[in-house]
Order: sequence, then C-alpha cells, then structure tokens
Amino acid sequence: MTMLDNPAAGHFLPLEPGHSSPGRIEKLLRAGEFTVTAELSPPDSSDPEEVFEKARIFDGSVDAMNATDGSGANCHMSSVAVCAILRRANYSAIMQVSCRDRNRIAIQGDVLGAAAIGVASILCLTGDGVQAGDHPQAKPVFDLESITLLAMLRKMRDESRFQSGRKITHPPRVFLGAAANPFRPPLDFRPIRLAKKIEAGAQFIQTQYCFDVERLKQFMARVCDMGLHKKAFILVGVGPLASARAAEWIRQHVPGVHIPDSIIKRLAGSANQKQEGKKICIEMIQQVREIEGVSGVHVMAYRQEELVAEIIQESRVLGGRTPWYPGIDEP
Amino acid sequence: MYSVRRWASRHARFFEAVYNGFEAVLTSLHPLFRRIGYARMDKPVAAVEKLVKGFLFDTKMCGSCTLGATGMVCPMNCPKSMRNGPCGGVRSNGHCEIKPEMPCVWVDAFAGSRLMRDGDRIQGIQAMVDHRLQGSSSWLREVRRKKGVPEIGDAAG
Ligand code: SF4
Repeated sequence: MTMLDNPAAGHFLPLEPGHSSPGRIEKLLRAGEFTVTAELSPPDSSDPEEVFEKARIFDGSVDAMNATDGSGANCHMSSVAVCAILRRANYSAIMQVSCRDRNRIAIQGDVLGAAAIGVASILCLTGDGVQAGDHPQAKPVFDLESITLLAMLRKMRDESRFQSGRKITHPPRVFLGAAANPFRPPLDFRPIRLAKKIEAGAQFIQTQYCFDVERLKQFMARVCDMGLHKKAFILVGVGPLASARAAEWIRQHVPGVHIPDSIIKRLAGSANQKQEGKKICIEMIQQVREIEGVSGVHVMAYRQEELVAEIIQESRVLGGRTPWYPGIDEP
Repeated sequence: MYSVRRWASRHARFFEAVYNGFEAVLTSLHPLFRRIGYARMDKPVAAVEKLVKGFLFDTKMCGSCTLGATGMVCPMNCPKSMRNGPCGGVRSNGHCEIKPEMPCVWVDAFAGSRLMRDGDRIQGIQAMVDHRLQGSSSWLREVRRKKGVPEIGDAAG
C-alpha cells in the first residue's frame, strides 16, 4: 500500500468508498494494519523548526502524530497551528480538540480551517480542568463536551451544516476520534460511555495510558460483547515511565492516569529505572496487541520521545512495515 | 455538603415515581396554563421549580432538565458540565478531578440510574445545552413538548 497519497495542503483527493477522510490513519485501520500513533507535545515557541524537530524523532516508527490542544491545561502552540506545520511536510496529523478553551463557534471555525490545510483526523476531547495547568485563574469554557462535539463535527461532515443549520459549501472530510478511560470509576459505566461516543460519531478511539492489563481486558471483553470493536478502531494508550518517582508524580498530578502499585514497585526495585520503564512499555504493547478488539497503540512518551523508535522496533508490532515519513523514498 | 442531593440520588427510584406523578399533574393543568399564557407562567413556575429542585437536587436551572435520564442527579453540577457521562479524570476514590472534596456527579448519577425503573435512559445522548434557556422552567417546557405547544419565541422566559 502506498502511503504517499495523503492529501497535500489545499488539495482534495477523492475518497475511497466507505471512507470518511482521505487520511493515512483511516486507510491503515480499515486495511487491518496494526497502527501506531504518538503524541507530539507542541513547543512553547513560535519557531516552526521546533515542531519539525519533534516530528523527526518519530520518523519511521509512527503512522500519525497527535497534536495536543493545551494538554494538562498548560499553554503551548495551538494544535491547529502544529497540524498546519506538520502538513507542510505531508506528515499525517491527528488534531486534538478540547472543549475547555473554546465554544462551538470557535471550534467549528478551527475544524473548517484544519480540513482546508489537509488535516484528516480529529480527536474530540472534553479536556482537563483549568486547575490542572499553569493558568488556574482562567475561565473554563466547556460549552460542549466530547460527545456533543463529536455529534457537531459529524453533522458538519455528513450533512454539510454548521450546528446552527447553516450550509457549508465543502464539508470537512475528517475521520473522527474520541478518548476513553477504561481505568477510572465508574468502571461499569465506561463501556456504556464508549458506546455513546461511537453512537455520537467516534470512528477511532485512543485510550488513556494503560498500566493495568487486567483492567483493560475486562473492559475490552465488555466492549467486544457489545460489538463496539466492530464499530470503531481502538488504539490503546501506552508510554514509558522514567522512574518510580516520576510514576508517583504522574499518579498524583495528571488527571485520570491509573498506575497500579505493582508497577511502581517494579520500577523502584530496578537498578536502571529508565530502562525498566521502557521494558514495561514494550511488554505492555505486546500484551495489548493480543487482546481482541485492539487495532493499535497510541504512544505517549512525554519528555522521553527519543525512546519511541526503540520501543516500537523492539516490540515488533509493525511486522516489518515502515510508516511513511518525508524522505522515506530517497535513496 | 452535597448530602441532600446524594440522599436523593440514593432514593432515585422513589423520586423517579414522584416526578412522573408530578409531571402527569402538571400536564393535566395544561388548559389552565394556556388560559393564563405560558410566557406569563414561566417566571413564577421557574421560581418554585428552583426552590424545590434546588433543595433536593442542587439543580442549576439550565432549562433542559435531564434528571430522569441521569439518575436523578443534576449533571450541571459537574464542573465540566458533562451531560453524557463521566470525564476521564474521575479520581480512583470516585471523587471529582476538579473538586476533590466532591464525589463525581457521574458516579452518583450512574448509581442512581441503576435503581430506577427507566434507568437505561442514561444511555441516550443528551444534546448540547441551549444557553438561552438558563433560568427558565423546564417543567413547563416538558408540558409544552407533550402538548405540542411551540416554544415561546424559541427561548422561553
Ligand atoms: S470527575 Fe465527574 S464531576 Fe468532576 S469534572 Fe469529571 S465528570 Fe464532572
């Protein structure tokens, strides 16, 4: 399969039958390839080169990069701008949209603009509360939440209409995604919530960090019972922990991350904690790949991005496939 | 704090029945409401509604009430205004990501829904809020919906 046919900015490629976007991620997932995405943390800078530097680290190991939208409620370069820069080099970008900072008017405008520059996938998030970040004094917007956001974007795409009903001349051809957190209470409600997201329009799912395979298995069993794995592609969130101390810090400060004591103990008891964290991540990828209904992994390696290539290579999940990157075909 | 509304959610089945009965009574008053005029009725009814629902459920009077579909818990007490289920930030003890002292609204809502006769309504998708309806009576809106009376100038009040 050639991956060169991702649309260049400003060009509209014809859609393949049954596809909603011309993007690489949708093609791979529909072709049944185990897909790898990674989180790109936008720079605190106005220099586009810093975006390219971050992107190049993932060359040849990931199929698309998520441009986060003020993640953890911290201020960084906007996700739409990061995507615009990535699209200049024909990288495949998943634009994250959070409901914390913008209302329905702002978001719809951003989505049209993003589609115009060749963004083919959008991840719809509610977003962390402002208390989690560096501007706790800010006004939280939350005009929408992930599910109403999904429904709104699906309407823009499938009915060519704004939420107001006003006509859009060329609809945004986007593959819609949502997050899921199988690890936090109320656990019995989590599969129902996923079903609602899929009903509202989610076509792919990226989960919160998985450090507890047993809990994920219970969740996925329920998801498969409900037939949800046939309606959306599920990518499980993974990532290396730098040390037991870092893991403890994440547990306390990053909303929604569940790290069992056993993982922290294992890290603490190791002579090389960073190496052990990477090993845990590789094992996790290999284990989740065996679970029914899992279509790929989403790697979040904040401040350890340089490990991603090794992690993907050593876990051998790509089975010899090399994801497209600029320059892959140069001799 | 939160004790009355949590108590109410633990008795969601009872309040569901009371609510359904009350709704039937209100609906039967439709001819009277129509005679007086829904627009004129909205303010006084909303005031009573605020008092009753505010006391029992801590409701925020968004004007698009979901109590019956959300375990007799008002989702507008969620700091993120989540109307379709819990965010991913719920703490492992079931408390809110943003207000650590408050049990997550959706943990209570889901528990409440499990007690209700029509608890599976929690699986339905709630549309986004129409912020113009803030403060208006959702009781009267429900009666109007049942009786096919058009909205007053779209937004009531
Ligand atoms: S933890 Fe519960 S109450 Fe708090 S913001 Fe999330 S969904 Fe709302």
